[in-house]
Amino acid sequence: MSLLSLRHMKTDIGQYAVLHDVSFEVPEGGVFVLLGRNGAGKTTTLRSIMGLWSPSPGSVHFDGRDITAMHTADIARLGIAYVPENMGIFGTLTVDENLILATGSGTFDKARLARIHALFPALERFRDKQAWSLSGGQKQMLSVARAIIEPRALILIDEPTKGLAPSIVDAMAEAFREIAQTTTILLVEQNFNFARSLGRDMAVIDDGRVVHAGSMEAFAADTALQDKHLGLSA
Amino acid sequence: MSTLSTTLGRMGGVNLLPFAVAAVAFLLIGAPSSWVTLTVAGLAMGMMLFLMASGLSLVFGLMDVLNFGHSAFVSFGAFISATVLAGLGGWLAADSWVLNSLALAASYLAAICFGLVAGWFFETVIIRPVYRDHLRQILITIGAMIVAEQTILAFWGGTPYSVGRPHFLEGSWIIGDVSIEIYRAFAFALGAAVFVMLYLVLNRTRIGLLIRAGVENREMVEALGFRVDRLFIGVFMLGSALAALGGAMWAGYETLITPALGAELMIVVFIVVIIGGLGSIEGTLLGAILVGLMANYVGFLAPKLALASNMILMVAILLWRPNGLRPAVK
Repeated sequence: MSLLSLRHMKTDIGQYAVLHDVSFEVPEGGVFVLLGRNGAGKTTTLRSIMGLWSPSPGSVHFDGRDITAMHTADIARLGIAYVPENMGIFGTLTVDENLILATGSGTFDKARLARIHALFPALERFRDKQAWSLSGGQKQMLSVARAIIEPRALILIDEPTKGLAPSIVDAMAEAFREIAQTTTILLVEQNFNFARSLGRDMAVIDDGRVVHAGSMEAFAADTALQDKHLGLSA
Repeated sequence: MSTLSTTLGRMGGVNLLPFAVAAVAFLLIGAPSSWVTLTVAGLAMGMMLFLMASGLSLVFGLMDVLNFGHSAFVSFGAFISATVLAGLGGWLAADSWVLNSLALAASYLAAICFGLVAGWFFETVIIRPVYRDHLRQILITIGAMIVAEQTILAFWGGTPYSVGRPHFLEGSWIIGDVSIEIYRAFAFALGAAVFVMLYLVLNRTRIGLLIRAGVENREMVEALGFRVDRLFIGVFMLGSALAALGGAMWAGYETLITPALGAELMIVVFIVVIIGGLGSIEGTLLGAILVGLMANYVGFLAPKLALASNMILMVAILLWRPNGLRPAVK
């Protein structure tokens, strides 16, 4: 059974129809990658899953439960974390305050915090610094750390490598590999090499519709298919 | 230039502004005794404005709600407090600071309770249907302000209403040739105590952390599993109660109040919120103190400019810092 299931999801933003027909299944475990060109509807898909925009018609099922009409906060409490494209960190709060806000109890699980500090040492070094003063890469680390400070069933991550230095991208890939051992990740990414190195399953979205879904291995081996959907080999 | 800027930043940055304004005023006024009196009056006025403005600032920062009806809580707070004080006239006039204090506390408590209940009603019935729609928010909250003003007119009449002051807050302390009105010192102390309390709640509690995060990015707080709309009701009620308390203190300051009191103060309250930076309690305090000091200093030095002084201050600050002195979002 899939962990997350989107069925014929259609989302309008104001008077614009952004998603026309999005259906795919995210299996439990590993990294599922959602690919697509700019403006294809990838971010809207993640936001619709989180309830930040309401899909109508269509449905979103998580762990067998219909979450289509649920409030964002209730969806998050089911164990879905969201790392938005703009990172969504709270700049005036310290690194530790950003993290503690993401815990249900208001206290840190020491083992999880140690794991986060091992993954992202900068967050331990700057734990009392206000988050706005961090570099772009450190902010992205904080955003991901906030998603894993508590056990989650699914993490939605939107373009985590955007604007980051190659060394940070490599560190991020390592972190995602480790996180994916215990948590399912739905990753939206434009950097195909990064996506290929992580993804087990994938879907391509174009003009608000899923135009391809399958295994990443097969997609990575088929340059004609990549060219058709992503225009990569030109 | 950058060295000067860094040094000033280390010394307190924009927090030094009230001191700079006071120092310039000291040079212009010349007479130290007048300067002290005006400074105390400015600080007292600033603290009362802070109480009225803090809720408005948080409400705007947290939910992007423009509440022009905020003045209703100020007006009602003033009239309810004045009515309770009138009812407890015996305690008020008694030569006992205990009875005086009880009368004052009862009047403030009545204003705060009204603010809490009316704030809940206002948020649930008037504000909630117009979330995310600024035009309708402006129209409906201005409408509510007019209804509130007319309700006060119907209950208390149009003639100025006299407000009693507790015996122990009457008069002035004379220190050398400096005269400090006791009520002003009291208003300053009470306002400062409320600020410290608010500061501790916002910076030392989990609910405060949520409010600060919500002011910055409401959507992300919800994505972390918190219902900001429910948090907002609490903040709205608190803001309304603080506005009512500010109105009650202002009533004692003016001693003669009219139904238009809240509406008249609203312009200044909005200036405070804009100068301070939306959603920031520290910014609101800074803005309120600056406005209070400027109003008193300019009123003394150039009375004809008194009305325009705060507008000029706002324009100058916004030209320098378009997001206000200490905006909640960086």
